[in-house]
Amino acid sequence: MASVKEYIRERFFPHIWCPGCGHGTVLKSLITAVDQLGLSKNDIVMVSGIGCSSRIAGYVDFHTLHTLHGRALAFATGVKLSKPQLRVMVPMGDGDALAIGGNHFIHAARRNIAMTAIVMNNRIYGMTGGQFSPLSGYGKAATTAPYGNIDHDFDVVQLAKAAGASFVARTTTYHAPQMVEILKQAFTHKGFAVVEILTQCPTYFGRKNKMGEAPDMLEWFKENTTPIGSQAKQKNPSLIERGVFVAEEKAEYCTEYEKVVERAMKGRE
Amino acid sequence: MNPKIHFLQGNEACVEAALYAGVQFYAGYPITPSTEIAEHMAYRLPQKGGKFIQMEDEIASICAIIGASLTGHKVMTATSGPGFSLMQEGLGYAIMAEIPCVIVNVQRGGPSTGLPTGPSQGDIYQARWGTHGDHAIIALTASNHQDIFEITVQAFNMAETYRTPVILLFDEVIGHMRERLIMPEEGEIPVVDRLRTSVKAGVDYHPYLPREDGRLPMSDFGGEHRYNVTGLFHDMWGFPSDNPAVVHGLLRHLVDKIRNNVQAITRYKEYHLEDAQTILISYGCSARSALHVVQNRRARGERLGLLELQSLWPFPYSLVEEKCAEARHIVVVEMNMGQVVRAVKRAVYNPERVVLANRIDGSFITPTDIKNILRLIQGKGV
Repeated sequence: MASVKEYIRERFFPHIWCPGCGHGTVLKSLITAVDQLGLSKNDIVMVSGIGCSSRIAGYVDFHTLHTLHGRALAFATGVKLSKPQLRVMVPMGDGDALAIGGNHFIHAARRNIAMTAIVMNNRIYGMTGGQFSPLSGYGKAATTAPYGNIDHDFDVVQLAKAAGASFVARTTTYHAPQMVEILKQAFTHKGFAVVEILTQCPTYFGRKNKMGEAPDMLEWFKENTTPIGSQAKQKNPSLIERGVFVAEEKAEYCTEYEKVVERAMKGRE
Repeated sequence: MNPKIHFLQGNEACVEAALYAGVQFYAGYPITPSTEIAEHMAYRLPQKGGKFIQMEDEIASICAIIGASLTGHKVMTATSGPGFSLMQEGLGYAIMAEIPCVIVNVQRGGPSTGLPTGPSQGDIYQARWGTHGDHAIIALTASNHQDIFEITVQAFNMAETYRTPVILLFDEVIGHMRERLIMPEEGEIPVVDRLRTSVKAGVDYHPYLPREDGRLPMSDFGGEHRYNVTGLFHDMWGFPSDNPAVVHGLLRHLVDKIRNNVQAITRYKEYHLEDAQTILISYGCSARSALHVVQNRRARGERLGLLELQSLWPFPYSLVEEKCAEARHIVVVEMNMGQVVRAVKRAVYNPERVVLANRIDGSFITPTDIKNILRLIQGKGV
């Protein structure tokens, strides 16, 4: 592949992520996927929200829009619909995408507007210092759950499917080659694509929940996930499945709007 | 029948004006009394090859138009009270990232859900200070359909000229009322197009380095220049920065680009001010009743005049001071507990001369309401 440096803004490095953070792995895999697909940097708009995850937009040499907490998909919808030839990638954190941005998430999925939502799920609010998110899970520790978290979590895959996303996948930072393959499929999918990436936050989620250092957390991803429909899953239902859950053809919003324009213009004559 | 003459709602006049100004993208959410803007846009925009989208809420609506503005399009959204509250977050973003966009607030009674179908002009200060942090803003208004048309085009022009969100503060009365609109010819009202950078591909483009005149030429997303846009304080590349010099410079720029152009932004109309002893100051629907009173009293030889403000923010302090210098009494006519009257008191030499004629019960303010205040001033009792 071309040098990673082709795709990053070196001027803005070093990045702000903590040592051991999984977000750098997402950045590298994303760049690899873009490079392998041979996409033009001028055709890519990356729209992010607020949080550790959102800073990824500043580091890549695409058109980049660092927006408001939770609102990335709403901004991205305006970008995509106004210029459908652009390829829109929307990396978000778990709190960003599913707490404050939950409503935008389900409606973007329902509309099936062609863009890739990447949920960088580290199960914690990192930038504000370790509060529980809607993906932390019952019983987990966080600074706003000092006596244990009683909030139940979402299953991002189930939520995205139910909301109508036409491509849904999950992987982890341990499985970087799989992440590249899934992102390539997602970027070329003609519809709303959701990719959940389990990524480690050793600084907060790991420390609070006694999960060890970054390598230990990566090891946890390896031990606790399994390919979709594997025998291991049948034996141990608590394993988290990885892979592509949904990849279907469905009327895409921008394409449908072109038909609306045609009908409107005919009506005038 | 002259095809240039239309009989329509103020909300529809606003849409036609936006199309005249070149709007290409609209995102919105239904809310009374602004809904007809969304309905008419949904019908009219695709006829012109533009895009309309109904979003999941007003937060998403303003975010979507900001995204569409960055790809090089003229954009608009419209809402009313509660929706305008939800838009404050995105409004601040558009101010900070300097995104041209037009936001219409067809005012209704508030606070909260308030009076969905009743008129009010209670959002004047929300337009000024509704979003958090220091900033400047442009807010325009109008009192009849011909002026709605003209001022809406001006809103788009100012959004492009100053790279800022512009708020159109209409109200339920003019939004829903039907009256005549004579459609201006193409070219009759000047239309300002987006200023784009002349920096060639491959040359370092500084999206946030103002020219000497304070203007910032843009580059469309999808074009040759790839840069970062953020709501954080940012340097000339659009990259986040907390360097005190950068922060200071950017905030000054954001405020000064509006403040230094108050004269150019100021819009108003005047009626019989030349020898007026009593001046009514009004705007939006209230100005209709105020004008009626002025014309009525002038016919009787009373020295009454009207200053109708069409730009509320930045507030035209010098204009008000100058026009009111010789007046014995100044009556601010508005449909709230006293909002523009505060700014008028700050503007004039002798604030004791300024009184308020208002109505806050969801009924349209009448000439009688204004005449009652005039009788008090003139010592005639109620």
